Order: sequence, then structure tokens, then C-alpha cells
Amino acid sequence: MSLKLGVPSKGRLMEKTFSWFEKRGITLSRSGSDREYAGKVEGIDGVSLVLLSAGEIPRELAAGRIHLGVTGIDLVQEKLPRWEQQVEEVSRLGFGKADLIIATPACWVDVDTLDDLDAAAAAFRKTHGHRLRIATKYHRLVREFLTEAGVADYTLVDSQGATEGTVKNETAEAIADITSTGETLRANHLKILSDGLILQSQATLWRSRVAKCDAGEKAVLSELVDQLR
Amino acid sequence: MANRSQIQARAAMMRVRFEAAGAQIVDPPLLQPAETLLDLYGEDIRARAYVTSDALRGEQMMRPDFTLPVVQMHMSEGAEPARYTYSGEVFRRQEHDPDRSNEYIQVGYEVFDRDDPAGADAEVFSLFALQLRGLPLRAATGDIGILTAAVQGLRTTDRRKTALMRHLWRPRRFRVLLDRFAGRKPGPEGRDALLSAENPLDNDIPMIGKRRASEVEARIEALREDRDTPPISDNELAGLETLLNVRETMPFALEQLRDVAVDLPQITPALDRLEARVASLQARGVNVDRLDFEAAYGRTSMEYYDGFVFGFYAEGRPDLPPIATGGRYDALTRQLGNGTEIPAVGGVIRPDLMLEIEEDAQ
Repeated sequence: MSLKLGVPSKGRLMEKTFSWFEKRGITLSRSGSDREYAGKVEGIDGVSLVLLSAGEIPRELAAGRIHLGVTGIDLVQEKLPRWEQQVEEVSRLGFGKADLIIATPACWVDVDTLDDLDAAAAAFRKTHGHRLRIATKYHRLVREFLTEAGVADYTLVDSQGATEGTVKNETAEAIADITSTGETLRANHLKILSDGLILQSQATLWRSRVAKCDAGEKAVLSELVDQLR
Repeated sequence: MANRSQIQARAAMMRVRFEAAGAQIVDPPLLQPAETLLDLYGEDIRARAYVTSDALRGEQMMRPDFTLPVVQMHMSEGAEPARYTYSGEVFRRQEHDPDRSNEYIQVGYEVFDRDDPAGADAEVFSLFALQLRGLPLRAATGDIGILTAAVQGLRTTDRRKTALMRHLWRPRRFRVLLDRFAGRKPGPEGRDALLSAENPLDNDIPMIGKRRASEVEARIEALREDRDTPPISDNELAGLETLLNVRETMPFALEQLRDVAVDLPQITPALDRLEARVASLQARGVNVDRLDFEAAYGRTSMEYYDGFVFGFYAEGRPDLPPIATGGRYDALTRQLGNGTEIPAVGGVIRPDLMLEIEEDAQ
């Protein structure tokens, strides 16, 4: 058996993860054609590479099917209830930085804080007969954040992509999404609430607390973690 | 640990007792339309209830409680006065505490009666106390109606009172609002400039989204009006704070609240109702001298209750949820009644927890 390391299977996230490991003496690569999701690990023995969508890595860690995995803090906290008990942070990788925020149309000059959002939501519901819609794919994190802040009269609508466009299309009144530079938000005439930061995320290496390790895998794990830290 | 059939046997026994007290058995469906629940509780309910759906009926929720379907049933077909009892599973999503059940049995009793609210409150409480007799439990009581009356009688604008009422069940947000309305907390940066601007919407930001310019203007107007409204007086604020801190046995609590009524005379009718309830409880043999009353009780978890509230807690088992809870929910019947309403009070007991405590005691 070997230690399983889950890494995002495509794009910049994969490339940056590969180069982060490279700097620490471990070469990860995709084997065969570009379309094949198999890979190899050089620089340490007993580790096998599992290429996965970043969104699936939290679940695989929590199920113990991989021992280590690279994915965002946002995805771990959204997808894993009581995440601290299922995974442990090994290292923050310093890229893939993004903030999960709440944004409203910039033209809402009367709305600057969650307090304003709550008041606007109450009036909106009265005027339009339905609750103020917030488009997001981070349902759990956003709901917990808004509950904690005591915001009422809103509803979450699911948006798996192009979330910034939902306001102009009038399928939502506000959004909760990740942003790194804020450029897409500005281009879509949205602004971030001054106290609307839900979470700061970045690509992170996690260790599964539930994956079973035999003695050999345990030794490889501690060797690998030492080398990476 | 008690097994399922023991729990069901206990539930059946308690339902028979409620039936003997005059209740009619009802058995609402397990699947409830999500829309009504969402309207009532807001998005928070999604974190607490299991949601499922089909293409025909849309979103459905696994029954998170009985009160709502029983009220709906009564409002559409019930005769008055009415007493109902039920026993069955409720389902609650658990995302934080794996030790809490996501499925358990509740046995309940609900009274819809216009004539004697104090008597109905006492009837429900004493029947529950009887069902739970002999167990090492502590009863807590409160009355949301006193706080409601205090807020509604504040000498300030209706807009402020509505905002406070809306967050009565969210103590932290309530506090923030109260501080702002009392002039203790400044608005966000740039707010003054916005409010004193001649044309706050005169900028080159495009208007997008369903919330129109007129709505933004209306809110700015509301904020201006609020800026020009004098703060809630220190006297009233101090009264509210004293009220929320009242925590005593019933007769002493009533005495303290009568003192609060010197500053907040608007609570006097609610206190008269409390006094009538104390008398009714006494008449039913409840030892009110030893019954706890907390003015803030029920504010965080019992959102549709608007009058008398109560709960029974296991002594020495703070890890357990309350064994029984209940209260008055007149406003809920108004909300679901399409123009009609009827005073209502009721509660639920968890037979599984009763059996657990009995095992502890042996």
C-alpha cells in the first residue's frame, strides 16, 4: 500500500501545487496524455498521486480515501461540518488566495454594513413580496455567517458560476462569492460590504484525521510532512 | 438506553393521558411544504430541517415540529374551542453536535381557546408537570409578551419599534439596534455625508438589480428621519435592561416587574395577565413559590411564542436538551389564519429523554 496524495487535477491550481512540491524536492507529474488523470511522484518512495477536482478533495479526505490533499480553506469549511475533527492543516501554500465576501450593487449607496443589508432586506420583502435573494455556492458558510450577524429576511439561491452576473440578471439582489482582486466585482458594478468578509481562503495542504495508516504509511507520512514543512 | 419500542410505548401512554384531558388525536403528515416553514422561520430553518423535493410539489421538509401543521389544520377546519394531542417523529438536521438526535419522538398537547388564556396556560403547564412528575427536573418559565409590550410602548417612532420587534428573538441584533436608537453607537463611516447630501443618488454608478432607485431613496429618507428622531430615553433603556434581567421565583419576579412598570407603564396589562396566570397555576395546585420565572426566557430558541413560555430541564444533565417545552403562540395563528386568529398555547415532551433520565436515576 502507499500513501495517497490528492491534488487538483487541472489548471493553475495544479501547476502551482506541482511547483510548490518541486521547491521542496518532490516532483509531481501527470503521466501519459494530458487527458489521463494519473500521475507519479518522484523524490520520495511510497507516495501515490491522485488527481481530483479541487471540490472533491474535502470529501475524499473526510472519507479517508486519501491521506493528504491540497484544496482551499473555503471548500473544506463549506463541505465538511466540524471540519477540524476530520482534517488537520499541514501547510498553507501561499497561492490561490481569495476572500469569501458578501457584495451588493454599488448603487445601493444606503447599504454599507450587514446592519444595512438586514434593514434593506426587511424593506425589500415588504415591497416585492419575497425575501432578498443572495446568490452563492457557499450555502453553509454564508448561512452561518448571516445567522451569527442576525440578518433576516434573506434567502440563498444556488449559483455555481458567473455569480456576479446574477444581480444584473435580477435572479438575485446580492451575492456571496470568492474574490481575489475584486476586479470582477467592480466590472459587474458590485461592492463589498465593509463588514462582509466571511472567510480568507488559500490553497492548503490537509491531512485526513480519519484515513487509516499502516506502519509503513505512517513512516512515509511523517517523512513527507517533515520534508514539506 | 431505551429502545425504540419502549420510547413508543411511553409516547402512546402519554398521548392517552392527554386524550383523557379532553384532547382529540391528530396525525399530521411527515412531509410539510417548505415554503410555509421558510416564510415563518427564514433561511435558518434550512440548517435545522431536512429538505427534499420533487418536480410536482417542489421543496418539502421532513416535519421539524408539529405546531405548524396542527395550527394550519385547526385554522382551516377546527371547531372552537379545541384541544389536540399527537405523538410522532420530528426530524432535525445536526451539523455541530453528533450526540444530538436527528430524529426523535415528540408527544404534544395544544389548546385553542378564546375564553380564559390564563386558565389555558395553567392547564397546559400543570398537565405537563403531571406527565413529568417524579423526575428530577427544573421548570423554567417566562413571558415574551412582557418584553413585546415594553418595546411596543416605547416613546419613539413606529419604525424603530418595528425594527426592534423584528429582532426580538435575536438578542445580539436587538442590542445593536437598541444601542443605535439610544444614540450610543455611531453609524458607519460616511453615513452623515450620505444623509446630508442634496442628491445622494447623483453619481455615475449604474442602477442594476431588482431593488430600484426609489427603494434606495426611501431608505435614505428613513435614515434621515431616524437621524432627526431623539434617542430612546435613558429612563426607558434602563427599564428595559432591568426587565430583561429579572430572574426570580414567580411571586418575586412579579413584584420586581411591577417596579419596572413605574418606568415602563406599558407593561402593566401584560403583568396583569402574568398575575392571573399565577393565580390559575395556584388553583391547579402548582407551587408557584418555587417556580422560576426569567423575563428573558425563551428569547433565543422559541421564536413563534409570544406570551407564556416554559421548559423542563434535567437537573444534573446540562448536556441534554430540554425534556419538554411549550408556550403561547397567538401571533402564529394570526399569521397562518388568513385574517382569522385564535389564542393558542401548547407544548411537547420527549419520551426518549424521560426514559434516559429514569435510567440515570436507577
